[in-house]
Amino acid sequence: MINRRTLLGLGALTALALTAGCTGGASDDTASTGDFSGDIKGAITVLTNRTDLVNTTLPEYAKKFEAKYPGTKVTFQGVTNYDDDVTTQLSSGDYGDVLMVPNPVAIDQYSQFFEPLGTQEELKAKYRFLSPATYEGKVYALSVGGVAKGFVINKRIWAQAGITAPPKTPEEFLAGLKAVDAKTDAVPYYTNYKDGWPLAEWNTHRAILGDPAINDKFPADPSPWQPGKIQYIEDSLLFDIVHAKLSEKDPLTTNWESSKPMIATGKVATMLLGSWAVPQMQDAAKAAGADPADIAFWPFPYQTGGKFHANIDGDKLAAVSKNSKNKATAKAWLDFFVNESGFSTDQQAIPPAIDQPLPKGLQEFTATGVELVETPAATTNSGKEDEIIKESEIDLKGPIYRQKMVDVARGAAKGDKDSFFADLNQRWNKAQAQVMK
Amino acid sequence: MTGRTTAARSAIEAGRARRKILHSPWLYVAPALILLITFTYVPVGNMIWYSFHKWDGLDVTMDPVGLDNYVRVFTDEQYWRVFLISLYYFVASFAQIAIALYFAVVLSFNTRFRNLFKGILFFPYLLNGVAVGFVFLYLFQPDGTLDTLMRVLGLGEHTQLWLGDPDIANISLAGTSVWRFTGLNFVLFLGAIQSIPGEIYEAAEIDGANRWHQFRHIIAPGIRRIISLSFILAISGSLSVFEIPFIMTGGANGTRTFVVQAYQTAFQFRQIGLASAMAVVLLLIVLLITWLQRRFLPDDEVSLS
Repeated sequence: MINRRTLLGLGALTALALTAGCTGGASDDTASTGDFSGDIKGAITVLTNRTDLVNTTLPEYAKKFEAKYPGTKVTFQGVTNYDDDVTTQLSSGDYGDVLMVPNPVAIDQYSQFFEPLGTQEELKAKYRFLSPATYEGKVYALSVGGVAKGFVINKRIWAQAGITAPPKTPEEFLAGLKAVDAKTDAVPYYTNYKDGWPLAEWNTHRAILGDPAINDKFPADPSPWQPGKIQYIEDSLLFDIVHAKLSEKDPLTTNWESSKPMIATGKVATMLLGSWAVPQMQDAAKAAGADPADIAFWPFPYQTGGKFHANIDGDKLAAVSKNSKNKATAKAWLDFFVNESGFSTDQQAIPPAIDQPLPKGLQEFTATGVELVETPAATTNSGKEDEIIKESEIDLKGPIYRQKMVDVARGAAKGDKDSFFADLNQRWNKAQAQVMK
Repeated sequence: MTGRTTAARSAIEAGRARRKILHSPWLYVAPALILLITFTYVPVGNMIWYSFHKWDGLDVTMDPVGLDNYVRVFTDEQYWRVFLISLYYFVASFAQIAIALYFAVVLSFNTRFRNLFKGILFFPYLLNGVAVGFVFLYLFQPDGTLDTLMRVLGLGEHTQLWLGDPDIANISLAGTSVWRFTGLNFVLFLGAIQSIPGEIYEAAEIDGANRWHQFRHIIAPGIRRIISLSFILAISGSLSVFEIPFIMTGGANGTRTFVVQAYQTAFQFRQIGLASAMAVVLLLIVLLITWLQRRFLPDDEVSLS
């Protein structure tokens, strides 16, 4: 129980963060594109979160790049705890030449750390997923591949319960899970509560309303947990699933790695994730001796105008460091990586370049009549939602309040759906009034 | 001539001064002081500075907000309620001290395999906190090690969702913490007990004192300082519990302690200012408790005569 070091550790971390903050350096240039002049030559360092690929696939791409531009050298630095570590590193001023944008960096801070790549007007004809990287019309990063959002399911188990087509409404979906519960031995839905981040997937379905202005309307709304609104639709479904005991018995001991073979072999029927998870689950099926074809991808059970809409998102963004000594080569690598390396195809991701074809798994998904929608980022209320999240400490993009919601739903914490949503509305409202004043 | 004497004198003085520096205690204390100031006092100073600002840890500018952060820590239920979780760990620390004291006394006498038992008791403290978290995560799983063990013992119907049930989760976590830190208390007590001269026991035995009398009149008073130190550490420790709930539940299911909350405020919600204010509050509370304890339990000289 003796744990004074934690306190000191926090202090030291904060001190580190401070020094970083001071050396970050503000940007005052008004040019829409950074200065990428100079020869494409010399060495660059690339920071990446893909520690699994850093010694295998990535060096192969580098080899191709070095063959295309003789005299260049690309080194990779894999960072395991990417978001936290690189955010701290940013303030030191030394963070490689090309890097993935860490999530905690707010959009209005991009110009402090990254080189602008051009205006959205110029680039939108060529690339998808620009809005999350655009601030005041300038694009600071490119997505390395996109994913669609929806349910990863075990087709065989759902078929055993008598359901072969994606349910169209939340009620139908719940009835389907109940049938799975009654007719099979599988756990109908797996929350992955302990690892947390899979719960955040419940925040990624705003496209189902088919409203392109939703991200601007959202922060303007003082109480998003009202029936009929997007936050209510999403969270309510999760609440109902858990409340009807259609999820795993002890959510506190879930484990992401072991959930993959569980869905692959049919011990679990459903999980809400992105299309990126499909190849991983199929690999798990192969490893466990099950049929990879059992794994399928379904849209969120909600239709607007008689049609499913599925959100597509740029997964991770890559940017050129403002402090790079070799921006010409860095930019060339970024372009090569996004357009020519084959990374998105290898990862079965949606290619960022508009003219490249969708991966096979998603072609099947769209063939069932699902429209893929890229929801534009907020423009007039840009950055406001993040501010409200920070101020209210309701982490829409994280697991903390949803874990609490699961606890309430399974009867492990006080309250019911109405009281919990009312409390959320109240806390959100208070912060929202402050931020939007 | 005068010039030369002045030069000679100043050279002598310089030599003296140098010798003075060499003999000055500061020279020897300097490395420790520099490390202490750089890694303890400067960060604490920074933390106090941040606590009066609104800052996300990245921005170039920090907005001064005065006492706002402190007001929020004390008025918003979300922040001060997490202190209540510390009570579980505080209660558990009594068990921890009692277990450690019992084994320290037993193993300070000639017991068979006593070095082996000393090793076994101290071992958990040597393990990395993260490893402990993962080990106990498996232990507490439904149908995990603990449930299996209970079934073997015929206690099958008493198995629980050890982490999933909010009434039990904190007790499970506090139990893990007891398992982990008993070894430290044990070693402190053992060392203190062994510093009591052996003749005193011999004399006591000749006077007809049994083991309990020996503990009551020799050991307990002899290690009173260490016991009181253990309580101070137990209080500050239970207020600042972090890694066990952080690794095992991430603070979910009503197990969020003050430091886990501070961590989330700082790094999940990027409110470094608010989190610093929380850390300052924690620091002040720990200082206050230590001071109170010193006032009420004065550190008087131990005498065994």
